Amino acid sequence: MALQLQSLSKAYMGKAVIDGLSLDAATGDIVAVFGPSGGGKTVLLRLIAGIEEPDSGTVMIDGRDMTEASPDTRGIGMAFQNYALFPHMTAYDNVASALTPRKLDAGEIRSRVNQIVRLLKIDHVMGHRPRELSNGQKQRTALARALVGAPKILLLDDPLRNVDAKLRYEMRLELPVLLRKFGSTVLYVTQDYKEAMAIGNRIAVLIGGKIVQVAAPGEIYDHPGSVEVARLFGDPGINLFDVTPDAEGRISIANSPLPLGSGFASSAGRPCVLGIRPDALAITSSANGATIPVDVLAETPLNDKSVLLLKSADGKEILAALPAAAAGSIPIGPAHAGFAPDAALLFDRTSGLAVPRAATRS
Amino acid sequence: MDHTSPLEKFLRGIALTMIVVFFMFPIFWIFLMSLQTNETILRIPPSFVFTPTLSNYTALISGKLTSASGTLDIAFMHNLWNSVLLSTFSVLLALLLGVPAAYAFARFKFRLGEFIAFTLLSFRFAPPLLVLLPLSLIFQYLGLADTYIGLIWVYQLIALPLILWIVRGYFEDISPDIEHAYRIAGHSWLSAFLKIAIPLARPGIAAAGLLAFIFCWNNFIFALILASADKQPVTVGALAFVTASGIQYGQIAAAIVLSVTPTLLLALYAQRYLVEGLSMGAVKG
Repeated sequence: MALQLQSLSKAYMGKAVIDGLSLDAATGDIVAVFGPSGGGKTVLLRLIAGIEEPDSGTVMIDGRDMTEASPDTRGIGMAFQNYALFPHMTAYDNVASALTPRKLDAGEIRSRVNQIVRLLKIDHVMGHRPRELSNGQKQRTALARALVGAPKILLLDDPLRNVDAKLRYEMRLELPVLLRKFGSTVLYVTQDYKEAMAIGNRIAVLIGGKIVQVAAPGEIYDHPGSVEVARLFGDPGINLFDVTPDAEGRISIANSPLPLGSGFASSAGRPCVLGIRPDALAITSSANGATIPVDVLAETPLNDKSVLLLKSADGKEILAALPAAAAGSIPIGPAHAGFAPDAALLFDRTSGLAVPRAATRS
Repeated sequence: MDHTSPLEKFLRGIALTMIVVFFMFPIFWIFLMSLQTNETILRIPPSFVFTPTLSNYTALISGKLTSASGTLDIAFMHNLWNSVLLSTFSVLLALLLGVPAAYAFARFKFRLGEFIAFTLLSFRFAPPLLVLLPLSLIFQYLGLADTYIGLIWVYQLIALPLILWIVRGYFEDISPDIEHAYRIAGHSWLSAFLKIAIPLARPGIAAAGLLAFIFCWNNFIFALILASADKQPVTVGALAFVTASGIQYGQIAAAIVLSVTPTLLLALYAQRYLVEGLSMGAVKG
């Protein structure tokens, strides 16, 4: 394991920010650390980098205990959210600063710096001071500084936060390719679930100082481990209903019975939360045994889909998403909404944890 | 950018001229006085028309004060040298001690940290006379009275708190992440301090050093009590112009011109760094 974190804890003024966190990452792994702001993502990176010391727990890098090691000895590259470029040095010296402590000869440093800055397309601004760079160039310079030493562990703290939308989109495509080329173990912090899904080959969801789920992007989207995780992924957000399944695996929403399919027998009679992704909802004009009556209130076209605002008979607002091609096909007014039973996600209402569907024997 | 009307420019010019005249007039008047003899200075009404003379300057530089009652030896040039020596070394020592201390107070939270910082500042509140009597006795005892080292030490009361508190503010304004980034890049704690923190706080260090230099230069009471004639700076040495045969206004004016010059030159030189400091705000992402 390139990076092993074992029950790390860190509290500030009595408040736990990182709370018994464990995480493993293999060499070449790109782990997107995703979670709401204030979840401890930045603190986690600082603990790994050695800027902060954990109150308890260990940080193992390449099998060595580095919990107490000083930052310069850890062999880490880090790009800060605010870039943290050295304002009094040129962009070139900023990038080269990661190599100067290594006693390389000047030619070697120059060729390594040139190679990385050409890759990041910032070779033409190397003579500038940071304040003369655009935000995108600053961000790439910070990235180049983190990458140039070919670190074993690369920590990227929301590097696309302060760049404009176009560049963010480009970088979302470029970064995974670039990061794979370097073969470093990457921890990529972001608050944007799309970015996490685009860049990470695994996503670690960090909520309240704990990692609540680690899984591949598709896995997390399709099978969120808890209501909280389900809520964080998806735009528009997931629809949640308080339900109590009966022995036949049926639930009722606004007094209309709906089938969940088999596999939830263990939850019969227990308070649960049902999650339905907006794009799993189908809107029809006529009722059948698996729909509830709704009122279509409004439609908002987004670029790749069209979002409908619905209201159920008991007054709950529900979101449904249609493919862009189907935009405008549903008239405003009464309709019926249903979903395929296997698109239903069930969570325990008390613990918030997902209730896995038991394998069906048929 | 430039949308000012000619009238506005004209009024602004007038206002600036008035401010310059207001602040520069005393210095200008002293400069005129330094080129006159006592007779022309003291005539009533005063006049701008006089025959300039360099006799005041030659008297100061040669160290021979010629007055109605005869020739008097004065050590003005030596006093000036003492001022340069005392102020320079006091500020250098204060920078050497104060800059690392300011960094520690800015970056690390430690027990009694604020208390120590405030205690150092409180040295500036205490009336000098309160400490001078015991200090002069202690200095006699230690053999530090009437030595440059003793004076430089006492001057730390002036320079050290000033440098500590000004530079601390500058260190606090530097994002710690900039230093962290340097550490992560593989540099030691010391080189992050020397290569990152100090260059970034340089405008603050220059400003604090300059102010401390001026305060040391202008100090009167410490040297008056703790130093004898051959260690005295210009501020104390100027007392020699109050002679038995009257006050030598011309020489006093010339002495002021000569003693203001080094600080003025230093301020002009340091201005470059001060202005640089104002544009540093543009570095944050």
